[in-house]
Amino acid sequence: MSGIGSALLNSLDIGLLLFIIAVGLNIVFGVLNIINFAHGALYMLGAYLAFTLINIVGMPFWAALLLAPLGVAILAVLIDRFLLRYIYSRDIADSLLLTFALLLIINESVRMIWGSGIQVVQPPQLLAGSMDIMGSSIPTYSLFVIVMGLALLAGLWFLFNRTRIGRIMRAAALDRDMAEVLCINTRLVVTGVFAFGAWLAAVGGVIAAPMRALDPGMGDKIIIESFIVVVIGGLGSFPGALLGAIILGLIHGFGGRYFPEVNMLLPFLGMALVLLFKPNGIMGKGAAA
Amino acid sequence: MKIKILWALLTLVIAGLIAVPWIASYFYIFIFTEILILGLFAASFNLIFGYTGMLSFGHAAFFGIGSYAMALVLIYLEWPFVVGLLVSMGVSALLALIIGFFCVRLNEVYFAMLTLAFGMMVFAIAYQWRSVTNGSDGLAGFSLGSFGLGLDLTLANPAVYYHVVLAIVVIASAVLYLVCRSSFGMILRAIRQNPERVSFAGLNVRTYRLVAFVIAGSFAGLAGGLIAPFLRVASPELLHWSMSAEPILMAILGGTGYFLGPFVGSAVFVLLETWITSFTESWMLVLGIILALMVIFFRKGLLGTVLDWWMEIKK
Amino acid sequence: MTNPILTISNLTKRFGGNAAVSSINLDVMRKETMAIIGPNGAGKTTFYNMVSGRMQPSEGNITLDGKNITGLPPHKISKLGISRSFQINNIFPEMTVQENVEVVLSAYHGHSRKLFNIASRNTGIQQEAVELLKRLGVDSLKDQRAEVISYGDKRLLEIAMVLATRPKLVLLDEPTAGMTPEETRRTTRLIKSLANSGDYTFLITEHDMDVVFDLADRILVMHRGEKLFAGTPAEVKSHPEVRRAYLGEEEDEVTEETGA
Repeated sequence: MSGIGSALLNSLDIGLLLFIIAVGLNIVFGVLNIINFAHGALYMLGAYLAFTLINIVGMPFWAALLLAPLGVAILAVLIDRFLLRYIYSRDIADSLLLTFALLLIINESVRMIWGSGIQVVQPPQLLAGSMDIMGSSIPTYSLFVIVMGLALLAGLWFLFNRTRIGRIMRAAALDRDMAEVLCINTRLVVTGVFAFGAWLAAVGGVIAAPMRALDPGMGDKIIIESFIVVVIGGLGSFPGALLGAIILGLIHGFGGRYFPEVNMLLPFLGMALVLLFKPNGIMGKGAAA
Repeated sequence: MKIKILWALLTLVIAGLIAVPWIASYFYIFIFTEILILGLFAASFNLIFGYTGMLSFGHAAFFGIGSYAMALVLIYLEWPFVVGLLVSMGVSALLALIIGFFCVRLNEVYFAMLTLAFGMMVFAIAYQWRSVTNGSDGLAGFSLGSFGLGLDLTLANPAVYYHVVLAIVVIASAVLYLVCRSSFGMILRAIRQNPERVSFAGLNVRTYRLVAFVIAGSFAGLAGGLIAPFLRVASPELLHWSMSAEPILMAILGGTGYFLGPFVGSAVFVLLETWITSFTESWMLVLGIILALMVIFFRKGLLGTVLDWWMEIKK
Repeated sequence: MTNPILTISNLTKRFGGNAAVSSINLDVMRKETMAIIGPNGAGKTTFYNMVSGRMQPSEGNITLDGKNITGLPPHKISKLGISRSFQINNIFPEMTVQENVEVVLSAYHGHSRKLFNIASRNTGIQQEAVELLKRLGVDSLKDQRAEVISYGDKRLLEIAMVLATRPKLVLLDEPTAGMTPEETRRTTRLIKSLANSGDYTFLITEHDMDVVFDLADRILVMHRGEKLFAGTPAEVKSHPEVRRAYLGEEEDEVTEETGA
């Protein structure tokens, strides 16, 4: 397989995984106006729960993909009910700080429960190995990540454009008071949206588990990546999350291969450039802050 | 009356701090050195956060660059310590001017994200520009020469270094305090509460934010210049965003509304870390819980809560 | 004496395809008090926002004392001598009443650039702040936190802050909105005495017609972004088109006031 081809494939699977995670962050920001610093920690929790379900309990990968995100979503409901409800009406800095506290708590809990060492989850039999497509050998799991990313993309599009609940979420994002006037139980919407965002993070975590080694620092890495994605694409924008994720995927896929001496710098440079010239992101609306 | 009591208390605290090397073990000399340096770092951060209302996630860039500047001065130039500190401040101020020029245009989340991006760019450069920065290992192996100003001090002695740090932190804090109490400082507080009203009073808010950003950056650089000889290394961790989070935590812990809040936060942070890690690994868990409680219930921080309560009761 | 301090020509602001303000021409004379009236959506606030630099005009020119100020940012316009109040309270809530005024005074006198003075010992500015507060009759509140004083007092504090920059032209946006009748009478009296002192030129928007006719030397009537008529209060009262378009609706306006 050619260098460019494999870099492209690599970019696409990194990008779509990032999309799954970052879109959750972006939905939570769009509707609730909070930046969830603990989003990466929830992603990590999804991965570790999958590790326990698969390696310890002995469940199949598919069951873990179903159950682990559900567990994280339930935890998110508790977080919303017992912690976040105090700060929804406050300055955005407070939500950053509180979710940062959550990040510390979850990170350390993971370290206590699963240890500081590296854990490995094997991909299911079906997805192990590689496939021959047009004469090149491609890891089956990469294809699976791409398919999952596209499936979730389609599902989210359907949710936002074709269902009542999706329209309620969009209404609440535009105007909380208006949504309340329309007799929408915004309290329920808020909890639901936060849990949904967490669910997406955890789905990302389960999908990432067989391709990345699990360690208690993995959440911190992904949250910064997710910030870059949502900033590049546009805070609160659904298509923006996709675009941002693909761009960051390309930066990683090509940067690591062709510019190894500055590859760490590139994502942040991209983020800074977008903030400077289009502070609301490539797909963001409205004027500069 | 109450103000006088507070000043008397502060004098006592400083007297106690001067006495530390004679009454405490070596271990606590190190602990207090760290508290003072991180306290200055957090106080410099609070000038832009608590006073001006800008939540930066890239303040470690200035702290870290200050420590690299000091390390490079000591390794290649062998200039006196005081000159090294001035270089640290100057380099950080310059970096803050460049980064701040771009960042002060943005508000709130966008400001936080852009400072994060710039901070991590500096981190990435320090990590990957191995010929100058020695990559992930950082710069080590420098030795402390003379202090400068004609003073003959054995900086390698931890007790002496502690006193040097104490003197510099006290002087630097006094300068920062004056800035906070000045008309300029009053404008910064006004900008935090209502930037638009300030611009309608005829001031360019961006300029004021930028000046505050540069002052904060240069004092963070000074703190960085003090930390490198203390840690005996200037490494990329000092530039990482998790290092930027520390002054945020300290300012919140101590209280962002009072000048000394970040110092109280630094003391609580370092002491709790020391004590808690001595019997459990999970210091960060405790810190997370404390931070969550502070943000939800005691947003004024420890010092703020105590002082406000005290000012209320004995009126 | 009769040369205009503010000359506005062909001032227009469009949002999308709609003109919120279209082709306004206006001269404001030195030391006069001019009122702008018109129903909600007539474009008064948009007009103010352009004059004070909060919004860029789509077309037209604004000249202050012979100097073109069109499209300048707020801080430059403020430095050149236009000071404005807002429809909603726009103060520094966590500072004391006196500090609120001191902030503006420091800005005006250039003290805001001083890094090493002690703001709380700046007696010159403190005296000036207290005098201004006295002029507005709220000096007894000077040590209160601004967020705790009454709504009416906040509006008076705001006027004190507006006057602190010694403006050539004062824009007041609905100074009595939301006030009790008693507060309204007090505020009207105050503005009148300030206007009579000959120190200020006022441009005032107001819903309360009694206040308008009490204060204004001249009145600009706006309707759907356009200038309908400009003249003395007597002329406005007798102008048939104005009566039809605006004064006839006065009762509706009163009820809309709270929602403004």
